[in-house]
Amino acid sequence: MEIGGPELTRALRASRRRQQVGALTLVAPALIFLIAVFAIPLALFTFRSVDNAETWSVLPLTRSALSNWDGKDLPPETVYAALATDVQAIERSAAATLGRRLNYSEPGMRSLIISLHGLKLDPARPVAAQMIAANVRWGEHRIWQVIDSESGRLTPYYALRALDLQLADGRIVASSSEDSATFRSIFARTFWISGIVTLLCLIIGFPVAYVLATAKGWFGRILFISILLPFWTSVLVRSMSWILLLQQNGILNRFLIDIGLINAPLTLIYNRTGVYIAMVHVLLPLFVLPLYGVMLKVDRALLRAAASLGARPLAVFRHAYLPQVIPGVMAGLVLVFVTAIGFYITPVLVGGGGDQMISYFVAFYTNASVNWGLAAALGTLLLLATLLCLGVFRWAFGSATMVTGR
Amino acid sequence: MKSDRSVTMTERVFDLGAKLIAVLVAIFLVTPILVIFPLSFTSDSLMIFPLPGVSMRWYVDFFTNPVWLTALRNSLMLAVVTMVVATVLGTLAALGLVRLSRGWRSVVSTLLLSPLIVPVIIIGVGTFFYFARLGLAGSFFGLVLAHTVLALPLVVIAVTATLEGFDPNLVRAAYASGASPFPAFWHVTRPLIMPGIATGATFAFITSFDEIVCVIFLGGPEFRTLPRQIWSGAKETVTPTIAVAAVLLVVASVVMTLVVEALRKRAQRLSKGAAT
Repeated sequence: MEIGGPELTRALRASRRRQQVGALTLVAPALIFLIAVFAIPLALFTFRSVDNAETWSVLPLTRSALSNWDGKDLPPETVYAALATDVQAIERSAAATLGRRLNYSEPGMRSLIISLHGLKLDPARPVAAQMIAANVRWGEHRIWQVIDSESGRLTPYYALRALDLQLADGRIVASSSEDSATFRSIFARTFWISGIVTLLCLIIGFPVAYVLATAKGWFGRILFISILLPFWTSVLVRSMSWILLLQQNGILNRFLIDIGLINAPLTLIYNRTGVYIAMVHVLLPLFVLPLYGVMLKVDRALLRAAASLGARPLAVFRHAYLPQVIPGVMAGLVLVFVTAIGFYITPVLVGGGGDQMISYFVAFYTNASVNWGLAAALGTLLLLATLLCLGVFRWAFGSATMVTGR
Repeated sequence: MKSDRSVTMTERVFDLGAKLIAVLVAIFLVTPILVIFPLSFTSDSLMIFPLPGVSMRWYVDFFTNPVWLTALRNSLMLAVVTMVVATVLGTLAALGLVRLSRGWRSVVSTLLLSPLIVPVIIIGVGTFFYFARLGLAGSFFGLVLAHTVLALPLVVIAVTATLEGFDPNLVRAAYASGASPFPAFWHVTRPLIMPGIATGATFAFITSFDEIVCVIFLGGPEFRTLPRQIWSGAKETVTPTIAVAAVLLVVASVVMTLVVEALRKRAQRLSKGAAT
């Protein structure tokens, strides 16, 4: 049924293929760049949350010796000898790293490993007896269980730890780690703060977007600029300004005291209030601007039709206006929530110790307390939460294009 | 008649209420940004109103302090290089993207825009782990790469937006008149999508200029930018010199907002001109 016969079809197809190849060539540099500098680092980051190379690579002899251990009683002499050889073969700093890693699973492992590193062993006598003589804990079954379960290529340790869980005797139980960071409550706090901020953005942002979409002249222009300006201003600067405004002896407190509204300064910063104020400030434009775009496209004729058919304003709003803007509202809510759960800068500057969100702990375990596996596990969970929110949104509302601002 | 009047009354009340909220929100939104301008001119180290006096001393302090000047220079260098790399890669990608068939197009654009949905802390820490292994952590080059990841999607969006209003027949006409691909691009496509490219470049510049999270992890102690200096200062106390630095960042954002707005108007004019 083709006009022009098979040759023309073939020529057309070839030309289309050439066009596709040309287009892919143009896209290729950016794609290769993103794969090399974004996708691969991200994949490695995620993998780090189950990676056990730190332990695995330094205990080659112990691993093979342990493979013959039935796990019931204390391991045989060969395992003791293998561990002593492995640990004494590495640098002291590497032994300290290994000790720190095993210490996550069992308190006391760190000093055990470090003292084993420096232990003088008499080659003529059994190693097991000498190790137990140096420290009785080498005679504990539990110690060897930990070494056995933590010397594999992969470990569930970090992922479980990020959810306040751990593996004990092959079962998943509540974590008994000495540092009492409870990540489940930090995740809950992150979602709670983000939820409140999103709700505030909805309540405040909806009327603003409405006014923006209907306002004309200088009023509309000034309003538009006052939303666009913060949208493009650095989050860091905006959060910092809130310190000046809200602090104990700051601008707002002085103003309120001067006009006689309060007698003593209010505590508005370094607590949850400060976090809510600053986060709403940062995220509000992100909610208003897309919603404004949707509201501009609202078919006014439908509203007039509803009104002329006798609908009261509230009914017009509910049945003719809302259905047209709901997709924009939902997109804005998801955008704000997803951006909020990744917040780091603002809570650090205006929040207190109890207001830090999950990103803070990713940064903390990267820089301050070096535990990259845990940082990766927490980050991976954050990433999963983000993708889940976006996935649910796409599933519910189709593939609306969403662009996040920072 | 009576019910009609009450309807307009409710409408008017709602309208006024919404306008009042909008005005209050506008004040809420701009106050923290505007407030640092007068504060940066304080004559004292206290940052309060009324100002104890007006002076330029903190500006003098900023522009004579080698630490701040180095930070400013680092920020500008980083932003300019990031802008160039991201604009070149992003413009090429956008040109390819609009020519792709629908199936390929959705896959490729998802990939190109994916850095926007990943929390910045994960990009920062992820590239830090990766670059630490490659010896790129704490280097200018490493930061350019990380900032380009953040800026590239914005360039793609900006350029794609102008390309979508672009009439492909213009290029066909150039081919038909005997132009080869590159001259056709340079003389026909480029001038028409220039506003989009410039918008994308502006986005890229400001993204890098304002960026702090990646700088915290990848900059190390050696490479300090303006936001990095503000960050380490503001965690202790906000001094007037920090306010001066913040003013510079805000001025950059204001200039950029104006540039983008002017480019948007120009693009509208161009697409109208091309359509007629």
